[in-house]
Amino acid sequence: MLKMNQVSKVYRTELVETHALRELDLHVEEGEFIAVTGPSGSGKTTFLNIAGLLESPSSGVYLLDGEDVSALSDNRRSRIRNEKVGFIFQSFNLIPDLNLADNVDVPLRYRGWGGAQRRRAVGDMLDMVGLGSRQNYLPSQLSGGQQQRVAIARALAGKPRFLLADEPTGNLDSEMAASVMDLLRTINDEGTTIVMVTHDPDLAHQAHRNIHILDGRGSDITGSRAPNVMPLEAARV
Amino acid sequence: MFSYYLRLALASIRRTPVLSALMVLALGLGIGAFMTTLTVYYLMSGNPIPHKSDVLYAVQLDNWDPNDPPTESARDVQPQLTYHDGNTLMQADTPALRQVHMYGTGAIVVPGDETPPFDESVRATWYTFFDMFDVPFLYGQPWTLDDDEARASVAVIGRELNDTLFNGENSVGRSIQLDDQFYQVVGVIDHWQPVPRFYHADGTYRALADTEQVFVPMNRAIDAQWGPRGNTNCWKARDESLPLFEGFIQSECVFTQFWAELETPEQAAAYKDYLDNYVRGQKEIGRFERPLNTFISDVMEWMEVNRIVQDDNRVLVRLSFLFLLVCVLNTVGLLMAKFMGKGGEVALRRAMGASRRHVFQQNLVEVGLLGLLGGIAGTGLAWLGLRAVKNMYQGYQHLVHLDAVMLLTAISVATVFAILAGMYPVWRVSRLQPAGLLKTQ
Repeated sequence: MLKMNQVSKVYRTELVETHALRELDLHVEEGEFIAVTGPSGSGKTTFLNIAGLLESPSSGVYLLDGEDVSALSDNRRSRIRNEKVGFIFQSFNLIPDLNLADNVDVPLRYRGWGGAQRRRAVGDMLDMVGLGSRQNYLPSQLSGGQQQRVAIARALAGKPRFLLADEPTGNLDSEMAASVMDLLRTINDEGTTIVMVTHDPDLAHQAHRNIHILDGRGSDITGSRAPNVMPLEAARV
Repeated sequence: MFSYYLRLALASIRRTPVLSALMVLALGLGIGAFMTTLTVYYLMSGNPIPHKSDVLYAVQLDNWDPNDPPTESARDVQPQLTYHDGNTLMQADTPALRQVHMYGTGAIVVPGDETPPFDESVRATWYTFFDMFDVPFLYGQPWTLDDDEARASVAVIGRELNDTLFNGENSVGRSIQLDDQFYQVVGVIDHWQPVPRFYHADGTYRALADTEQVFVPMNRAIDAQWGPRGNTNCWKARDESLPLFEGFIQSECVFTQFWAELETPEQAAAYKDYLDNYVRGQKEIGRFERPLNTFISDVMEWMEVNRIVQDDNRVLVRLSFLFLLVCVLNTVGLLMAKFMGKGGEVALRRAMGASRRHVFQQNLVEVGLLGLLGGIAGTGLAWLGLRAVKNMYQGYQHLVHLDAVMLLTAISVATVFAILAGMYPVWRVSRLQPAGLLKTQ
């Protein structure tokens, strides 16, 4: 589903060149739950941004569902992002003056769905995360864990093929973090591919596979949780 | 998506009320100043009698001091005539369909009741005035040629004066006292205020004053020895052997206005020839010592000749436009501040699938909405500005209104300028790289 070959990312200024990713090879199958670990500044977020088509690689090839997405137009990348990718962020990134329904509705607006279809999808997603009765609440009226659930509902509303989660429990206490992880596992069990960046070894351990990134280079560490898809092709690093 | 964008724009404006208010104020001030000067310009340069402006001609004859600089255009010639020339032309058999000779004067109106006497502007003119300028009558009709020739004590009064003296009743046949004489009312004119008051361009800035409330036969006003109120220019001493008023009206002093109604270009050419011949005849008896400089100008040309729209007005319009540009530039700065503060939300929307085009459109709608609000604020300020102009400058009474055209212009100008001002900030925000902003939101 997601295949990166020799992907590098270099940030250049007049004075300095920073190699955020160095010739990364990665292959993720549909239905996998991958944890990406590594210290701060190792290139995890850059990897996530490239995987989510928010940035283009400086070199190498990135195939998503067999399509080379390394150098597409902004419109095409936005369309793919909207249809195939869901994002979950550490700080939830809900829009504060929109209610929960409107927050979940954001990606659907760019999908071009009609009002009834959008309302149905929004309702279903908020029901799924247990907040269906609070559609008109503002984010500030929810706890951190509940806000992250709304963010997950938003990420899933357009039924993306895979979910990119950047430290999704980083701002939550352990109880809320466990609840969010349970939700992510459930989503993964239902077939959505998840790539999660985390600092937490315990969370990483719950994934099928761990990819450790250090100085922009990746190495594969097999996780303990069995994947629900077979066969799993190992990542080549 | 437009309604969605509109909803987001309203939410964004609510989120940053002070910044949004500053932008609306900046645009409103610029639009207000610009629309105030533009309205004055627009109304002053408007056609006061569109259906007849091309057949009504003001007459100029150059009887001025031969030692003065040579005449190059109608602008160099006195806009008024001597009483003698106007009176002669008025009674001549010219090619014109109609002619009118007149001057502005005044008298004391003495009401019959307890109301104290008051001063009133009077137009001394001929019966042709009313038909030539399409003056609307509420009651009665103009006086007749017979009345003019008989120097009759008749008057046409304005609606406001009729309201004051006769409580708005039909006063035809009743009398009013002007100074020590009684005048029989033969007609009451309805509200009539050509803007500008083209028929009385006398070289001073009175073209925006109220129309008179009393009209009397010119011959009668001369008999009553009512002197002119308005610009009177003389270059030659009057005949001291004559009584003062008689000497004045026989002098080379110019104080009367003269108009001719000429229906075709051929008629106009013939009339011009007639005037030239008249001046040649006068030259033979020692008058009109300057080269032959007769001019006839239709209404719009006449307003140009008389600089009804003064150069100052044009300068003011240009200056206020520059002020508007300064306000727009300030708005650009404020918009930059506002939109750069939205980086986090923009990045999030980009991550959710919004293209640059989506972001551009969304923010452009917000800019348009701010422009619309700025236009509304500007219209209000322009209205206040016109009220201030009215209170500060006599003669601008009729410029205090904003008509539908100017209202739409104000709002359109504001919206367009806001959108132009917003193009760069909106483009910048649509080009933000979402990757770096998502982490920090």
